[in-house]
Formats: sequence, structure tokens, C-alpha cells
Amino acid sequence: MATTTATATVAPKYWSGGRSPFNVEYGKLMMWYFLMSDAFTFGAFLIAYGTTRFAANGWPNPNEVFKSYPGAGEHPNAPLVFVSVMTFILIVSSVTMVLAVQAGHEMKKSRVVFNLILTIIGGLAFLGCQAWEWTHLHAEGAWWGHNPFLNSNGSVGHQDFTNFFFTITGFHGFHVFSGVIINIVMLIMTLLGVFEKRGHYLMIEKAGLYWHFVDLVWVFVFTCFYLI
Amino acid sequence: MEQHTAYSDVLHEDTHGGGTKEVIKVTIILSVLTIVEVFLGFWMIGMEENGFGKHFVKGVIIILMLAKAFYIVGYFMHLKHELKNLIMTIIVPCLLFVWFITAFLFDGNSFRTLRNKYNPVYKQMTTEKAPATEEKKDEKKPGQE
Repeated sequence: MATTTATATVAPKYWSGGRSPFNVEYGKLMMWYFLMSDAFTFGAFLIAYGTTRFAANGWPNPNEVFKSYPGAGEHPNAPLVFVSVMTFILIVSSVTMVLAVQAGHEMKKSRVVFNLILTIIGGLAFLGCQAWEWTHLHAEGAWWGHNPFLNSNGSVGHQDFTNFFFTITGFHGFHVFSGVIINIVMLIMTLLGVFEKRGHYLMIEKAGLYWHFVDLVWVFVFTCFYLI
Repeated sequence: MEQHTAYSDVLHEDTHGGGTKEVIKVTIILSVLTIVEVFLGFWMIGMEENGFGKHFVKGVIIILMLAKAFYIVGYFMHLKHELKNLIMTIIVPCLLFVWFITAFLFDGNSFRTLRNKYNPVYKQMTTEKAPATEEKKDEKKPGQE
């Protein structure tokens, strides 16, 4: 005990108190921890999906299920095309978010506004794509509890294929939706000059972390559902 | 008061990465990785189901996916430029995923093997071709458990 008080004056760099050992503000650290817990939620979903797939003798071939795009004719055959577009939309909106955060560091309000608007448009575009895809699959007879697609070995389609698809992409879509809402709130606050008065744009950084996480999850969902 | 000084420390700490240049670089890397993934996805379509080639390509796609995740978390989410303390408090708990994935996938696999071994009805139903007409609903009664 006595030794600890004695060494306190020598001050080990980050853990002696008086400053943040993580060198980030409270809100950002908590955002990281929230995202970590969210990662485990998504992880649980995706691992349940993987386990079910490993336990099944047959599984529908994604290239035969997801092969349509808006404006396609009666028999579209374009696997991966539409979902690649969705992936790029999300990556690009992530990039504009990074640019908004950087503009915030430089206290350039108009750049922040511009990039935030682009990010919001990207998010809405992604949601639109997903809405179209869901509608299309629903029209084909796919929904929770209904799987019209045969397994790739020709047997009756596994029920959980559509259950997992709609649950996981739905949960991700809900994250995108809340991300867009958060970004709109950030945009309004920026326009009102709240961050300028505060002297920093750290709030944008936290919103950005959330937005990148949504992109990150999509990387996994894209791979697990459409590619492999 | 203490908190106030700690907070302003944080604000003035300059832990930027390479700025816009870095963002462009990472964007290009992510785009290229995605294009390669999609290309591999197309390539995989013609391959034999459950063959070595298909599993190999799937493995490559998963590695590319992890690379993309690294670039998003490291550069876009800025984690690579944070203090080691913060990096560790995020990464170390995520190592649980290694156990999580391994254990559950092994479990799924073993369930499939056991079921096929001891329940021939199940095996037949999930491997033989579905009837061409619309009687799928009756075919998949859960009575075979």
C-alpha cells in the first residue's frame, strides 16, 4: 500500500489516473463497447446460420435465389450483380462518412454538411435496394416460414434458409435505418451550429463509428449469404 | 475538474492517420477486394458442389472478407491509430469468436453426421429430388424426428 502511493508520483504513463488511459472521450469509448456487444449479437445470428447450414444435408444455392435486379425481365439470370451494387453503395457512403469526420477535425462546417448529406443519400439508397429485394423475394413466395427455393441437391428447400435471410438482413437493415436517422440528427445539429459552438465535432465521430460498423456487418452478411 | 483536464487532453491529441490520402488508398483497397470477391463468386458458380475447388475458393473469400474487416475497423473506424490500451480492450474480447465459431460449426457438422447415420428417413428426405409438382407442403411433415 505504501509503495503504491510512493510510486504514484513517478506516474506510469496511462494508468496513474488524472487522464483517460484510452485517450478517447467517454462517449467514444462507450460507443466502441456498444459496437462490440452489437458485434456479438450479429455474430450469434451468423453463427446460428452457419451451424444450421453445417447441420443440413442440402441448402439453396444463393446464385439461383438472388439473381434478379430491378427492371429485369421474366427470367433474370444475373447472380451477385444487384447485391454487389448494394455493397458498393454502402462502401461509398462509409467513405463519405470518413470525409465528414475529417472535415469535422478541421472545423469545416460546409464540408461536414456536404459529406453528411452524401452519406445519408447512400444509406437511403441502400435501404431502397433492400426494400426492392425483399419485395421481389416476397413476390416469389419467400418469407419467414416459407421457402420456395429447392436445395442445390434438388431436395425440398430447407425452411431456415429464408428465416435466417430475412431475420439477419432485416436486423442489418434496421441498423442502417437507425444509422440514417442518427446521421440526419447529426446533420441538423451541424446546420444549427451546435458543434461549432461546442468547439469540436466529436459527436460526428461517434455517429461515424456506428455507420462504419453497419458497413462492417454488411461485409460479413454479404459474404455469408450471397457468396458462400 | 480532473476530468476536465483529461478531456481537453483528449481533444488536442493529434492521432490522425494519413488524412485524405489514406482514405483514398483504403477505398481503393476495399473496392478491389470486393471486385475480387465477386469475381471469385462468379467463378465458383460452375464448380462441383462440395468439391475441393469450391471449398478452397470459399476459404479465399473468407480471408478476403477478414481483410476487408481489418481495413474498415483499422482505418475507417480509426482503431489502428488509437492507443494500444483501446485496441486491446476491443480486440481481446473479440477473440471469443474463435471459440464461438469453431465450437458451433463442429457441433452442426456432428449433428448432421449423427442424424444421417441414425435417421435414414431424414437422410432420404433431404437428399432425394423434390417431386416436380406442388406437394412440397405435405412432403416436409416434421414427423420423422
